[in-house]
Amino acid sequence: MSITKKDVEHVANLARLELSDAEKEQFGDQLNAILKYADKLNELNTDGIEPTSHVLPLANVMRADTVKPSWPIEKVLLNAPEEEDGQFKVPPVLE
Amino acid sequence: MSVFDLKLSEIHNRLHDKQLSVTDLVEQSFKRITDTDDKIGAFLTLNEEGARKEAQALDAQLASGDERGLLFGIPAGIKDNIVTEGLLTTCGSKFLGNHNPIYDAAVVTKLRAAQSVTIGKLNMDEFAMGGSNENSAYHPVHNPWDLDRVPGGSSGGSAAAVAAGQVYFTLGSDTGGSIRQPAAYCGVVGLKPTYGLVSRFGLVAFASSLDQIGPITKNVEDSAYVLQAIAGHDERDSTSANVEIPDYLSALTGDVKGLRIGVPKEYLGQGIDPQVKERVLEALKVFESMGAVWEEVSLPHTDYAVATYYLLASSEASSNLARFDGVRYGVRADNPSNLLDLYRRSRSEGFGAEVKRRIMLGTYALSSGYYDAYYKKAQQVRTLIKRDFDQVFEKFDLIIGPTAPTPAFKLGEQVGDPLTMYLNDICTIPVSLAGVPAISVPCGLADGLPVGLQIIGKPFDEQTVLRAAHAFESQTGFHNLRPALS
Repeated sequence: MSITKKDVEHVANLARLELSDAEKEQFGDQLNAILKYADKLNELNTDGIEPTSHVLPLANVMRADTVKPSWPIEKVLLNAPEEEDGQFKVPPVLE
Repeated sequence: MSVFDLKLSEIHNRLHDKQLSVTDLVEQSFKRITDTDDKIGAFLTLNEEGARKEAQALDAQLASGDERGLLFGIPAGIKDNIVTEGLLTTCGSKFLGNHNPIYDAAVVTKLRAAQSVTIGKLNMDEFAMGGSNENSAYHPVHNPWDLDRVPGGSSGGSAAAVAAGQVYFTLGSDTGGSIRQPAAYCGVVGLKPTYGLVSRFGLVAFASSLDQIGPITKNVEDSAYVLQAIAGHDERDSTSANVEIPDYLSALTGDVKGLRIGVPKEYLGQGIDPQVKERVLEALKVFESMGAVWEEVSLPHTDYAVATYYLLASSEASSNLARFDGVRYGVRADNPSNLLDLYRRSRSEGFGAEVKRRIMLGTYALSSGYYDAYYKKAQQVRTLIKRDFDQVFEKFDLIIGPTAPTPAFKLGEQVGDPLTMYLNDICTIPVSLAGVPAISVPCGLADGLPVGLQIIGKPFDEQTVLRAAHAFESQTGFHNLRPALS
């Protein structure tokens, strides 16, 4: 299986990246090389093998349902590129 | 000899006897950084005002005779992907070039409680993606042993700063080898604790199923001290393990008699530099002479680990790095026409090539139609890799091999060839996938460059790892070798 320029554009769109033509070509070549290398995993029969998402025997860790103080708005907005009225400001979503 | 070559207990004695002040220690750090960091490039941000103020407060505490923390007055450096309130935290990325965190990471709070002094933030591969520190968006780090060579990565600044005597210890983070490999290249001690032992609250996430924070130090005793200070359960990290934290220092008995060591044949085979192999075999003789026994073993799925890792880590990264959208922090592209344009251009302008490459790889592996073939398949192979370790640990206490297949390579040598670069992590990646603890300790030189010995333990058995590493360095003294850097 080989990644085409169209695939690269599709994936870049999913990843919210804007790539130059040179980047598209370079990443396409490099991803093909990496995926070709990754194809060696197909040498292994993994039928019936449980996937490992992480190694700890932990699932659904819950905290107590108690109210705790949050950070003050001014602090949360400290690194905001743009803010207005105590909120993060973004360009219009709907035209 | 630098005051930073003294043992921590000796520094504390001198502080107690008033031969030394915390201010002296902190000024020693800044002086050494001024003298050497234009050549090394280990630091991205210095905490001069904060550290000096802190030193004064600690000196006052010293005078009053109040109880002192475990790392009292010790100058520390922190990898730049660990957030520090009010102190610039860039992750080595242009994206976060102006990012002043509003809170401290759990480990930073713990270091504060242990009363070490934060000297500054350390250079790294952007978002911890890389093995040479050449992916820093700011400047590369040079290996103190040979300025033409890389320090390793991604915690390259953390390892180089300790090797150059700029700070007493540092914190790094390790996803596929990012503490151990630079420690090996720079001739210092780097410990990756068991997955879950140290809280990642405030560590900017790269691959959440693998990331761990750990210490980089000049010797194993210091490693035990720092681990003692930072280990422990934290409810703010839902993958933090709720285990009893033992006394790591009391594990350093010097006795390894009867210890059973497995040596994977895959770690000494193809691709391993002959001199690296020689140093490892010599190290095994040292263990033998101290009464440990070793045997060749097999971790049969080793050859599949790098591919498994790059699929899993990149997939997790593509999800974790979605948060960098130009809305809440970091850079924002100028004059975006709409929200989508804002996301796309902010990310494209803010991220470097390796980060984009891994986001692309991860997004592809998780995308519709490829999830089972790549992501799920890799998770299944991860199970097989973990079983390899489980099986060896049924019969053996430790697994020992090289940390990296070669000593440090030259700057620029592997840029543009990501696959070759990835293969430098061939001995550290399987350990990360299995989630077990491992330390890299210096085991001699190859053509004047440090070689690291990797000692791997059972889950949450840092004590045996530290005990063996400590016995080895006490017997050999390789950790006392210093670069000729003037």
